[in-house]
Amino acid sequence: MPSFTDTTASADARVAVARSVGPVLPQIAHFDAPLPLACGRTLPQYDLAYETYGTLDASRSNAVLICHALNASHHVAGFYADDPDNIGWWDNMVGPGKPLDTERYFVVGMNNLGSCFGSTGPLSINPATGESWGSDFPIVTVEDWVDAQAQLADRLGIRQWAAVMGGSLGGMQALDWAIRYPSRISNALVIAAAPNLSAENIAFNEIARQAIMTDPEYHDGNFGAHGVKPRRGLRVARMIGHITYLSDEQMEAKFGRQLRDGLNFSFAPEFQIESYLRYQGEKFAEYYDANTYLRVTKALDYFDPATREGGDLARALAPATCRFLVVSFTTDWRFPASRSRELVKALVRRRRDVSYAEIAAPHGHDAFLLDNAQYHAVVRAWFERMAGELPVAVSDAGVGAASPNALSA
Amino acid sequence: MTGVVHGDTALTPMATPMAHAGRGVARADYATIGGWVGQDAHVLDLGCGDGELLAFLAAQRRASGYGIEIADAGVLACVRNGINVIQSDLERGLAGFDDAAFDVVILSQTLQAMRRIEAIVGEMLRVGREAIVTFPNFGHWTHRLQILRGRMPVSTSLPYQWYDTPNIHLCTVADFDAFLAERGYRVLDRVILAKGRAVGFAPNLTGELAIYRFRR
Repeated sequence: MPSFTDTTASADARVAVARSVGPVLPQIAHFDAPLPLACGRTLPQYDLAYETYGTLDASRSNAVLICHALNASHHVAGFYADDPDNIGWWDNMVGPGKPLDTERYFVVGMNNLGSCFGSTGPLSINPATGESWGSDFPIVTVEDWVDAQAQLADRLGIRQWAAVMGGSLGGMQALDWAIRYPSRISNALVIAAAPNLSAENIAFNEIARQAIMTDPEYHDGNFGAHGVKPRRGLRVARMIGHITYLSDEQMEAKFGRQLRDGLNFSFAPEFQIESYLRYQGEKFAEYYDANTYLRVTKALDYFDPATREGGDLARALAPATCRFLVVSFTTDWRFPASRSRELVKALVRRRRDVSYAEIAAPHGHDAFLLDNAQYHAVVRAWFERMAGELPVAVSDAGVGAASPNALSA
Repeated sequence: MTGVVHGDTALTPMATPMAHAGRGVARADYATIGGWVGQDAHVLDLGCGDGELLAFLAAQRRASGYGIEIADAGVLACVRNGINVIQSDLERGLAGFDDAAFDVVILSQTLQAMRRIEAIVGEMLRVGREAIVTFPNFGHWTHRLQILRGRMPVSTSLPYQWYDTPNIHLCTVADFDAFLAERGYRVLDRVILAKGRAVGFAPNLTGELAIYRFRR
């Protein structure tokens, strides 16, 4: 069939000039108004850590929110001037000339409540006690996160997001935006996600939680007061998680049965995969907070918008009016393509605007973070098509618009 | 917090502002299909390629709906063109769609390349009230002549050599008539084209492209 639009030429031209957003600065927004939570409790006050890239246009219509998954943060793109190796987790996706082009869009990355990277969480001080929240920090949900994101949007003067985008647990947040804040979102990009977790997925999360909670240094979550950290539990939790993010195929290709130093008839790491998992576990246990891990996995387990409508996802999607891009990856078994197709089916039943790309990629769930020509081309095409529908082009406006931390060289 | 509940009106007519919609009908069957698709119809286009037919129907009929495409290049082109596209293999059926979800389901010049013809036609009539199918007519006299000469036919409507053709289920107008009749499907319209014009006389001999509209 003849193509009536060239699909590659302009994309290639842009890839050639893609670059980093450069050095960025995280910001903190403080909120004094209490935030009611799904669990019934209320956060009396809270901080939200965020970063922005690009320039908000005069009509404030070019803002894109990036929602993070389990262990990521607001540091989506660019790097820190004093720590140039600390590159944003979605730097291959977000930046000048990248699929989500910061020359055109104002991109916001925000750290979710309950996390350990700057937003209020278990490591923060509880104003009622003057001590860190620790295990007393509430169990927060995807809905709570999205409510907090809406507070930040208000603070930044963004009435409607041009798009909310996320992978995995981040995709669930984009979906929640579409359902509960339909007038505040034009496009939802739901990538490598699912409308809820399967029993198998909850099972993996429970094993991870058990690993942490049975660590002798967990101390019912008050390990901070004891000056320790349940490192062993965190390590095992991360090792389990990591296995589920990779595909069997990819693990075989990357490690196979490779040995480090022959067989020594010992329990020291002998296979490369063992030492790789141990390394990933060690690294994670150093930078991540156990109480955060417990809460984030719970947020994953709880998310299920269909339950509000008796399990009918299509009915739950009734309020959603935005356009959807749903993307899955063929070797992802943590959030398999069938789960994305379930979401697409419900959207089609609702006659919503939705496109669905099933990307052939060998990398399992992690594929959403990695380079893949078709994946990135589809996301790029989506944002380019959107840009054609923005009321004012960024280049025509932007004077006096907020650009809190655009330090790009 | 709960959002405002809207009706089922979120689906915008596709691709209205697209520049290519006025570029003329690239394929001879589009005008005929456009004449059969009702105003504001909800359409599913199987094997939609770059979404050109859906864009045409959106412009002509304010149609809404989706395309199904298996090829990465087609999916990317649809996204670029603002066409709703769902990446899926038609051979696996239409499990992602409810019964009677569409006014019309279209299979435009894809039938002859499919393995399970009966299954897909059955699925089309399950999810749509009507089906439109177009295919190159293998009964065209030039094809017959080439076979008489002992060679597999190559023509404008069948531009492939026997060894590189994607077409594995070629049929004639008479074959498809019989196929529908045997299953009790009702033909609502049938147009046979040659050089872009409808032919009246001996269509199975003179027609290049067959376009059927039928229902259960």
